Amino acid sequence: MTSALLLAADPLYAQGVDLTALLITILKVVVAFAFLLVATMLMVWFERKLVSDMQNRIGPNRAGPWGILQTLADGTKLFFKEHINPIRAERRVYVLAPFLSFVPAFLLFCIVPVSGNWANGGDGTVELFGRTTYLQLADPPVGILFALAMSSIAVYGVMLAGWSSGSKYPLLGSVRASAQMVSYEAAMGLSVMAVVLVTGTVSTHGMVASQAGDGLFHVLPNWAVFTTLLVPFVIFVIAGTAELNRPPFDLVEAEQELVAGFNTEYSSIRFALFFLAEFMNTVTMSGIFVTLFLGGPSGPAPIGPAWLWGCIWFFLKTSAFLFMFVWFRATLPRFRYDQLMDLGWKLLIPLSLGWLLMLAAVQLSGQQNWNPVAVGAGVILMFLIGWSLLRSANAKARAVHLGEEVNA
Amino acid sequence: MAVNYVVFFICALICLLGATGVVFSRNPVHAALSLVATLFGIAVLFVQQSAHFLAAVQVIVYTGAIVVLILFVMMLLGVDQEEDIDEEPLLGVRAAGTIVATILLLGLLAVFFLQSNRSTLVTGERSVTAPLSVDASLDSTKGVAETAGPDNMATLGRLLFTRYVFAFEVTAALLTIAVVGAVVLARRPDRLQPVPDEPESMDDDFMAALESEAGH
Repeated sequence: MTSALLLAADPLYAQGVDLTALLITILKVVVAFAFLLVATMLMVWFERKLVSDMQNRIGPNRAGPWGILQTLADGTKLFFKEHINPIRAERRVYVLAPFLSFVPAFLLFCIVPVSGNWANGGDGTVELFGRTTYLQLADPPVGILFALAMSSIAVYGVMLAGWSSGSKYPLLGSVRASAQMVSYEAAMGLSVMAVVLVTGTVSTHGMVASQAGDGLFHVLPNWAVFTTLLVPFVIFVIAGTAELNRPPFDLVEAEQELVAGFNTEYSSIRFALFFLAEFMNTVTMSGIFVTLFLGGPSGPAPIGPAWLWGCIWFFLKTSAFLFMFVWFRATLPRFRYDQLMDLGWKLLIPLSLGWLLMLAAVQLSGQQNWNPVAVGAGVILMFLIGWSLLRSANAKARAVHLGEEVNA
Repeated sequence: MAVNYVVFFICALICLLGATGVVFSRNPVHAALSLVATLFGIAVLFVQQSAHFLAAVQVIVYTGAIVVLILFVMMLLGVDQEEDIDEEPLLGVRAAGTIVATILLLGLLAVFFLQSNRSTLVTGERSVTAPLSVDASLDSTKGVAETAGPDNMATLGRLLFTRYVFAFEVTAALLTIAVVGAVVLARRPDRLQPVPDEPESMDDDFMAALESEAGH
């Protein structure tokens, strides 16, 4: 295999890697990095402003028009603050942890298609300096698995930060983080598999391509949120919120219990890196929601260039999810730890596994021309059996648990 | 293919340094982190051999779940202190470890020296999954063009659920048995015997102390 295949199916590398391709790639890296930083800055401002609107107060309004430069001011201030190394910190790991948090947050964004020519059966490519290319930084052959890998790497930053601080509350925060992220990764992976099953590809570009165009009755778009029948989407949004440690799943940095959680002992730019990574992940996760379930940048392009409309659609769809995250934060109280684990293990994982099997059965029955009535009846029967088994197991576990507490 | 050599040697260096770190770190958390470095190096080597799926699974499963769980247990139990490695917890562990490691090393060296075509062995010219895709194109009904994709993923999936389905299901059953076994072992016995000289409940003790305090 040639090394061009490492960078995957992007037509930019079809004739090998020459200087133009290299320059275009570097341009893409710079643009993606700058875009992500600016988006993060605006997201922090958006969140503070929106939460204050919802809480009937004004929010940041000093720096720039509507306080839009507040994050920039805060970031500049953080740069000039003093690094503090706690005396009991494990120094090497303590310094490494912020970077382990920040780097996966950026890498995750690389596979999100942000635009492209998708209207009227376009294949998502654009012309850039005489070359045909995708408007995403990388389209690796493992596609969306790369996102799962990066989100599992991101645990390390949080875990090691808490452990290396040599302090109680950060350690508790990082123990919670590792348990939470490992628990919700399974549900997340299973709902991603539902999308892979329906779209028939793991590449993010391929997913958008298969979701572009008309769907049911030529009214609804052919988005995976409809073709996977909504449930994997809901599970993915819940699990994604838990992976981000966003409210209502922010037990990792529960202010009332753990001071500031895993990053309590951090100061200056190291703290800023954690903060940046968190908001970057929020923006990127919204982008991944859009890519997986809402057709990414695909949409109609009435007038003007199609790639511009791709940008607009992507921006609108992503903003809807960012609004949702802020809304969650302003509305929902934090989960208790046992509720968090119950939701993950007893509801989301069984449901996403069952739904994946059902989608597989439906796909197979379509290919093999089985009787749809019999397939539907079988699916409903299996769901009822599985649900009642799970329910009785839960009831038994609860009875044992309560009995233990009464006896103690 | 100069790039191949550079990537291979950098990754090999990372793998070896990580492996040495696992053995020689005095702090268990540092050892676990060295293990992560090794697993990453191997994942990159997999990518170089165009076994992309294997690389992704390596990162997701090993670095993302297994080492995280190891670290989780270490942090939860607070065993992240530096260990005294002079005393041996089980008799003969060190001797057995030395013997097994020597046999493994000799085995690896034997593979290297007995291989006839030595030039393709370490440079990564030969794909790990290429023979698989040739096999798949022979026995699949879909033809070569459809099976031999750039990612090998469809090929792997088809082979796992056709030719190797028995091995696949047996592995799955083995894992399920291991999980059930772990649950059974981790269950507390129904009747817990109270530890001698321990108060029935902390609350009683505390209340008694409070009452005597109030009495004064």
